[in-house]
Amino acid sequence: MTTTVPYKSYLEPHGKYRGLLDWLTSTDHKRIGLMYMYAIGAFFMIGVILGLLMRIELFSPGETIMGPQTYNGIFTVHGVIMIFMVVIPGLSAVFGNLFMPIMIGAKDVAFPRLNLFSWYIFIVGAILAVLSQFTGNGPPDTGWTFYAPYSTQTGTNVIMAVTAAFVLGFSSILTGLNFIVTIHRMRAPGMTWFKMPLFPWALYSTAWIQLLATPIVGITLLMLIAERLFRIGFFDPALGGDPILFQHLFWIYSHPAVYVMILPAMGVITEIIPTFCQRKVFGYKAIALSSIAIAGVGYLVWGHHMFTSGMSFTARWVFSFLTFIVAVPSAIKVFNWVATMYKGSIALKTPFLYSVAFIFLFMIGGLTGLSLGSLATDVHVHDTAYVVAHFHYIIFGGMGFAFFAALHYWFPKMYGKMYNERVADIASLIIFIGFNILYFPQFVLGLQGMPRRYFDYLPQFETGEILSTIGGFILFAGLILMIGNLIRGHSKGKQAPENPWGGKTLEWTIPSPPPIENFDTPPVVRKEPYDYE
Amino acid sequence: MSDVALKHDEHRDDIGAKLGMWLFIFTELLLFGGLFLVYAVYRNIYPEDFHLGALQLNVTLGTLNTVVLLISSMTVAMSITAIQKGNRKLSMQLVLLTVLLAFVFLVNKYFEWGAKFEHDLYPGSDLVLQFKRGTIIFFGLYFFMTGLHMFHVIVGMVVLMVMWFKLKNKTINPDDNVLLENGGLYWHLVDLIWIFLFPLLYLIT
Repeated sequence: MTTTVPYKSYLEPHGKYRGLLDWLTSTDHKRIGLMYMYAIGAFFMIGVILGLLMRIELFSPGETIMGPQTYNGIFTVHGVIMIFMVVIPGLSAVFGNLFMPIMIGAKDVAFPRLNLFSWYIFIVGAILAVLSQFTGNGPPDTGWTFYAPYSTQTGTNVIMAVTAAFVLGFSSILTGLNFIVTIHRMRAPGMTWFKMPLFPWALYSTAWIQLLATPIVGITLLMLIAERLFRIGFFDPALGGDPILFQHLFWIYSHPAVYVMILPAMGVITEIIPTFCQRKVFGYKAIALSSIAIAGVGYLVWGHHMFTSGMSFTARWVFSFLTFIVAVPSAIKVFNWVATMYKGSIALKTPFLYSVAFIFLFMIGGLTGLSLGSLATDVHVHDTAYVVAHFHYIIFGGMGFAFFAALHYWFPKMYGKMYNERVADIASLIIFIGFNILYFPQFVLGLQGMPRRYFDYLPQFETGEILSTIGGFILFAGLILMIGNLIRGHSKGKQAPENPWGGKTLEWTIPSPPPIENFDTPPVVRKEPYDYE
Repeated sequence: MSDVALKHDEHRDDIGAKLGMWLFIFTELLLFGGLFLVYAVYRNIYPEDFHLGALQLNVTLGTLNTVVLLISSMTVAMSITAIQKGNRKLSMQLVLLTVLLAFVFLVNKYFEWGAKFEHDLYPGSDLVLQFKRGTIIFFGLYFFMTGLHMFHVIVGMVVLMVMWFKLKNKTINPDDNVLLENGGLYWHLVDLIWIFLFPLLYLIT
């Protein structure tokens, strides 16, 4: 189209320092997004390898490669890393930082230095989490949920892991705060709330959850630390406390945290589908407001994690009812995505493939979530492999696939290079197949009574467990192929154009990779974000 | 110099800065909100035991500290008005006075906690573990809540000292004082939380 005017991209050195320091001192939202991505990518691979070790252990009954205590340590660390360091910050810290300011036509976030500070807090928390594995009396063995009373009594290194989660939560709060102020104050002239693209809308809802829910887990974890250090007795029945209260406080945050993971994922999918269908998104307002609805109702459903823990019947049916209500706005989104595709001219490119996979996997995860949310069935499958399969379908099949979709969608913009699309398609297919072989058998195993968090199992579960492990290796191979292809694209790929997919949002109006200040002249928005007709 | 000031003005958004501070204060309130929830739950279960625990607290010292914090909130508010009216020296003095009052609060708290420790009234002590269950929880809450509040007082003092230096080198000036306003807001938060802790722990017996 237009001949490219020479400009300085954000990837080129431009700060006071050179090399790595140039990046570590940069308050540019795009660079901070990339730094989050590299850190999160590294932790993701550690988490994947830990998960694979668990699958190898479960390849045959009895002790295969590790004993029960090691297994307990590994599933705890896998959970802590994947939840607190990968999926919760994942999309908002990486792609939110990279693209939200550009999509609303701003030069940066509202508080750039606070943004960099959040990254450093994140790294400190991550280092603490990793250190907790190697110091003290062995890795924590409580599971990522740190349930009292076991977590107040076990001799393992719980305090450091809990401190890590606390610090990571602080980073999450500051990112959320930054995004809320940015979206309120820095939208381009003419961009009213209902002219804002839907990814920023999803991030806005997410940011409110981060802000309103994270302090609760913060104080809960502090109470847990105090309980261990000083015996204050909040969760110890011998001293008058109540362990169930810990579960309540924990899930008051940790259930909304699920929406911190999935809402930005839905936002990404909402960006990708109109672009590859070249069609205006169906039901713009419904999608935007359903994000808010999910955030709002999602705050009130935490009790469904505790149906078997001891609650009044009234509390249980209210929580169950509210859980079913959350399914409504989620379903609205799915209907709208499918309706957007209807009569569109669909281009089956890699980001679109991941998006379709997302919808498929998210629906399985969502529907199995409903069976867990109903009181009678939950008693049967609580704490079985069925639950494990369900939340991996939501977290990995949902948030993970959306992350891969976003990565392939925005990669040309981020680096100004293209990856090999054919290899990327093949990788997405392998990942999709591996994922289903890995997790689907766990639904069946769970229904048959295979408990979660066991390093051993009865012989009748062997077929399912072997199948699942094979799926794990296929998935791993797919991930390696995907990452390898992206790294190769980054160094050897051909130059990417300004707008390779024909997108309409503001990030596609600026050169790839974006200039340091994003826009030469501040954009003025007159049209709706998905104006394809 | 004027160039730097101009660049600074370019990205300046006082309303945005204040919005950010209010959101942060919101998260702090929720942090303590978790504790208020725990307090409510256990007070509901053990009303008599809480009564016995609360009788052990020193209402005089608590009242004194409440008065000290209320005055400090006033002085920090006055420092903001002072800088807005262009009186930098008075503003700095008032900020310093606020820090001093915060220090008085901490000294008081030191004596209060010290007396408790002297009488073996601290979580996990042999004496406390013999109490009724609700009273054990009460002392757990007392030390945890006032301890966390004390930590906020110390953070607030650091914030106020930073404000003092920024007033000194004129980063905070009559035209651009949103930073001091935010620092003041934080200090009011510290005060506000105490206003809730005081009746919950000391007065409701």
